[in-house]
Amino acid sequence: MSEEQEYSIETKDLCLYYGDFQALNNVTVNISNGKITGLIGPSGCGKTTLLRCFNRVNERYGNVTTTGEIRILSKNIYDNDVSLINLRKSVGMVFQRPNPLPISVYENVVFGLRIHSKRKELKKAQLDDAVEKALREVYLWDDLKDQLQTKGTHLQLEQQQKLCIARLLPLKPEIILMDEPCSALDTEATQAVEELMYSLTGKYTIVIVTHNMAQARRVSDECIFMLLGELVEHTRTEDMFLNPKHKKTEDYIEGRYG
Amino acid sequence: MITRKQWTTISEFLIETTIRICGISAIIFVFGIFFFVFREGAGFLFSKWEPLKFFFSTEWYPTSVSNKRYGILAIIAGTASVTVIAMTIAVPFGLGAAIFISEFCTGKLKEFLKILIEFLAAIPSVVWGFIGLMVMNPLIIDLFRVPIGLTALNGGIILSLMAIPIIVSISEDALKAVPDSYREAAIALGITKWQMVYRVLMPAAKNGLLAAVLLGVGRAVGETMAVLLATGHAVQIPGSPLDSVRTLTATIAAELGEAPVGSDHYQVLFVIGIFLFTITFVINLTAYLIVKGIRVQHGES
Repeated sequence: MSEEQEYSIETKDLCLYYGDFQALNNVTVNISNGKITGLIGPSGCGKTTLLRCFNRVNERYGNVTTTGEIRILSKNIYDNDVSLINLRKSVGMVFQRPNPLPISVYENVVFGLRIHSKRKELKKAQLDDAVEKALREVYLWDDLKDQLQTKGTHLQLEQQQKLCIARLLPLKPEIILMDEPCSALDTEATQAVEELMYSLTGKYTIVIVTHNMAQARRVSDECIFMLLGELVEHTRTEDMFLNPKHKKTEDYIEGRYG
Repeated sequence: MITRKQWTTISEFLIETTIRICGISAIIFVFGIFFFVFREGAGFLFSKWEPLKFFFSTEWYPTSVSNKRYGILAIIAGTASVTVIAMTIAVPFGLGAAIFISEFCTGKLKEFLKILIEFLAAIPSVVWGFIGLMVMNPLIIDLFRVPIGLTALNGGIILSLMAIPIIVSISEDALKAVPDSYREAAIALGITKWQMVYRVLMPAAKNGLLAAVLLGVGRAVGETMAVLLATGHAVQIPGSPLDSVRTLTATIAAELGEAPVGSDHYQVLFVIGIFLFTITFVINLTAYLIVKGIRVQHGES
């Protein structure tokens, strides 16, 4: 991550269609490097769609058309020479429901390393290190160091979600996308994950979609408000919640609709 | 006004009983078949049966005048060799086809392939045997320069084609049961399609895939008509895939009509039947338990 670079994600006139349905309409946005950016808006406003553009997992379903430009770390990800595999290596994603793979905690954490490196390059000691480092970074090491062989799917939900964050870290991503990462968690687990997000700021650019406005207010540095596929407002979080510029933003934040 | 007519009560009862009988008829049939096969073979099984000779002798001379011998080792070897050859072909192709259908193709092609494979399952086994006899036989003679093309290889190839549909459809179900969130997690980590298959799908679906293979084995062991026509019907332990063999099923089919009812020969054939029944029962039960195991696992998580 170069120091002088101000934005890690820049989109320009981004439109996205699911078949005939237009889900994003001319979204132009610059997302700051090393900060937490919250994406808020009512259901169906396109915030998750926008998030899923940044690592191009949208394209799984086949009937998606995108126009415009997305630059991740100054590289247009719709260029022909883009490697989706390397894109997804540097742009990690955390999902709404924790989705660890049905393998051990240890294997979950090193999964990324295994798929991105040749078998010979991976030494046991190096993998052990990566596991300890990643689990320490998400505050799971003390809880799980004696049960690294437990299946990831058998952990508590909070631990599962942290594990899902931990498994991104050995790949040294620049950006972490989070799609309502706390919506399946209870309040304590939510708090724990939010604290984890604080501790990750600076090291990673984090974009988080959330339905929970209080959460957006608590965790994000900047906030983007979207409505019906369009970007309405993008400012510092404090400004958005204290004096929103647009009437629609204000109404949403006040809870008049949504 | 709230009283109901007597006829309603009776008809309800009748319909319920009929449905109940339909439901348990499957159980009755299975036990019925087992009972009758067992009864026919029981006379021999409990008086003259010598398990050691039966299982470990290769001498099958049921119609010898002076010295009748009933050793089925060579016939077991026949069934085993044909099954092994069939599975060597059917497992990679069947699993490959299932993976292709479930993960790599979409829309019309997917539907088309599924229908085609179902169609493969609908071809009568005697037609398969006919293909073995008329198509594969000359092909093998030409290709390997052997005098006879009715061999274990021929039977194995035919059987593999018959086992593939069942392997494909059960494996495809198993792959479909892998939660999509696993795929999504792996894709977001930058996985390639091939890595997805062997690092995510195969481990996650391994029980279902194993069950599919087992059911394929069950199909191969139990198949009669096609192997009867395609394998050459020679009682010997095969030295190579190009030797003729005879299978347990083909032995029963070919000899039962000739054996006098109630004779030792007749009863021995039923003992072979009991043996076959046991093998396929164990295979199917294992497959069932494995599949049930998956359901329980998925239910938990």
